[in-house]
Amino acid sequence: MNVAIETRDEFAVEVKGTVGFPFVDHPKFETRHVNVSYGDKQAIFDVGLDIGDKQIIAMIGPSGCGKSTYLRCLNRMNDTIPICRVSGEFKLDGEDIYADSQDPVLLRARVGMVFQKPNPFPKSIHDNVAYGARLHGLASNRSELDDIVEKSLTRAGLFKEVKDDLHRPGTGLSGGQQQRLCIARTIAVDPEVILMDEPTSALDPIATALIEELMTELSEKYSIAIVTHSMQQAARVSHRTAYFHLGKLVEVNDTNTVFTNPEHKLTENYITGRFG
Amino acid sequence: MKNTDIIRASLKRRYAKERRFRFYGFASIVVSVLFLLVLIVSISLKGYPAFQQTYIKVDITVDPVTLGISNTYDKNALFNANYAKLMRTSLQAMFPEVAGRKQKRALKQLVSRFAAYDLRDRVVDNPDLIGTRQSFWFVAKDDIDVFMKGGINRNLPESDRRIKDFQLEWIDQLERGGRLEKRFNRTFFTSGDSREPEQAGIKGALKGSVLTMLVTLLLSFPIGVAAAIYLEEFAPQNNRWVDIIEININNLAAVPSIVFGLLGLAVFISFFGVPRSAPLVGGLVLTLMTLPTIIIASRAAIKSVPPSIREAALAVGASKVQTTFHHVVPLAMPGILTGTIIGMAQALGETAPLLMIGMVAFVADIPQTITDPSTVLPVQIYLWSDSPERAFMERTSAAIMVLLAFLVIMNFIAVLLRKKFERRW
Repeated sequence: MNVAIETRDEFAVEVKGTVGFPFVDHPKFETRHVNVSYGDKQAIFDVGLDIGDKQIIAMIGPSGCGKSTYLRCLNRMNDTIPICRVSGEFKLDGEDIYADSQDPVLLRARVGMVFQKPNPFPKSIHDNVAYGARLHGLASNRSELDDIVEKSLTRAGLFKEVKDDLHRPGTGLSGGQQQRLCIARTIAVDPEVILMDEPTSALDPIATALIEELMTELSEKYSIAIVTHSMQQAARVSHRTAYFHLGKLVEVNDTNTVFTNPEHKLTENYITGRFG
Repeated sequence: MKNTDIIRASLKRRYAKERRFRFYGFASIVVSVLFLLVLIVSISLKGYPAFQQTYIKVDITVDPVTLGISNTYDKNALFNANYAKLMRTSLQAMFPEVAGRKQKRALKQLVSRFAAYDLRDRVVDNPDLIGTRQSFWFVAKDDIDVFMKGGINRNLPESDRRIKDFQLEWIDQLERGGRLEKRFNRTFFTSGDSREPEQAGIKGALKGSVLTMLVTLLLSFPIGVAAAIYLEEFAPQNNRWVDIIEININNLAAVPSIVFGLLGLAVFISFFGVPRSAPLVGGLVLTLMTLPTIIIASRAAIKSVPPSIREAALAVGASKVQTTFHHVVPLAMPGILTGTIIGMAQALGETAPLLMIGMVAFVADIPQTITDPSTVLPVQIYLWSDSPERAFMERTSAAIMVLLAFLVIMNFIAVLLRKKFERRW
């Protein structure tokens, strides 16, 4: 970490543009020339990146490199921060998500998000999962809703553990279970893209393994973007990996290539653990 | 010296400090509990006699001639008959030896001035009583009542007490004949204010307080909570106008309450023509006073809801309003209710602003609606404490007991509500 701070200027100069292959043939999400600033402080500089359809893309990089900020642009979560300004092109299936005609509520139903700290509602397990579906009127009656809840919990790998006490508070579960509950809550709305912001950083290795397994399963149906601090995790679950450094996108490539044969010096330093 | 020795040496001092601090804390709690106990015990001791009332048994021959009526079946005539005279002659019949104007007057004042009305009601209700001889229990005059409850020392020299020697004789005589009795004072809970202590009750003020609190709650809770939600969740941040509003709300909380009374007088009564002395205008004024408290407490409660809950709701596609009302407000509810109850308790005990809007007036009637003239408990306490009659002293304390009971009930309801809304996250 110290190294990164001491050499910040030196490395910042080094990043001229993104190396590797930031764009794919069948993108779910296309982003171009993304700039984000908080007040006077610019957090992201001219990032262009595609998220492939039904693929997992991992975003890695040292703390404060802008990967979470970038992720939060994709479902317009940054709208809630008044000093945050976002510019650039964001296209979900070719549709500009920052257009005036785009409703952020609809967007967030299509682009779900799982957060770093498990944040279930202080309601029952059932109500946690049912909330989104109920909100959007996805179920016309009680049994349909129960179906959605059961299916989502099953897909999140939680149903077996909680099926007898769906009325118990979601906050009473263990950390790993809570995170899977949050994933179930996200997929209950049946989104197209799932954003995960360090979803396992607060969990133990066993719970982490469960979630990683789950991500692989989910990628059959959903496009997933995950921010992670664990390079092993990125290597294990993702198809593509993007390396961010001080607000810039340094390198994007197939996960294998990034971890075995990184092009950029910064990427190599990071994945070999020289800083970060 | 090794590190462990240095630490060990300092440990003793640290523990002593801790013990000292615990002692201070404990001592301050003991002191406050003691003060509270002294307050409650002294008020209860002073106030409990007010829950009893002395009654005198008087033998009455319901004589139509004394009453000055001929046609006993005419309700109107019955109603307007001279019951005071009948009462007077009946008392004289019980004490035939009484002579002289002064003593006769004192004799008349054995029973309350309202005893004659009581007698009238009984006769009007049951005209068959006319011509018969009956024994009735009547409310005793306040001086007799105070004496019976030990409020007047008979060993004092005659000139120093309100009950004179000849009155003492009557009382002894009545007591020997079993004609004096202390009963539960229902009047205190069923009637409004009166100039006669034995006839004065708390119901008018209690109902006035309830109506005023109702108006205050119905206005200040929704307005205060809505303002807090808007300022916390929807208002543009770092906006100069919002900052100015925030500062002003904080300032309002510190404005002396009597100023709100003046404002209410100028705006609600003079400008809008709201009836004076009414719970409506009282509630409006107290709403102004309570609003800052509720807004500040509600904002703090809303602020303390973890942002992760808002993000979770937004991320599944809840709109801002849905996020606020499905998640933030329910989670903030315990804090909001605490703030509300603090504000309401303040409003319940408030006197100064109500003096300004005429709620200090003497109102004998029990208010039926929020526009009837009325008074409230703290003002009633103030009025009674100011009255010269000795019997009002115990009633003042009794009214304080009623006020405290009201407060305790209010707080209890708040605690129940808070329990209901409390959730872990």
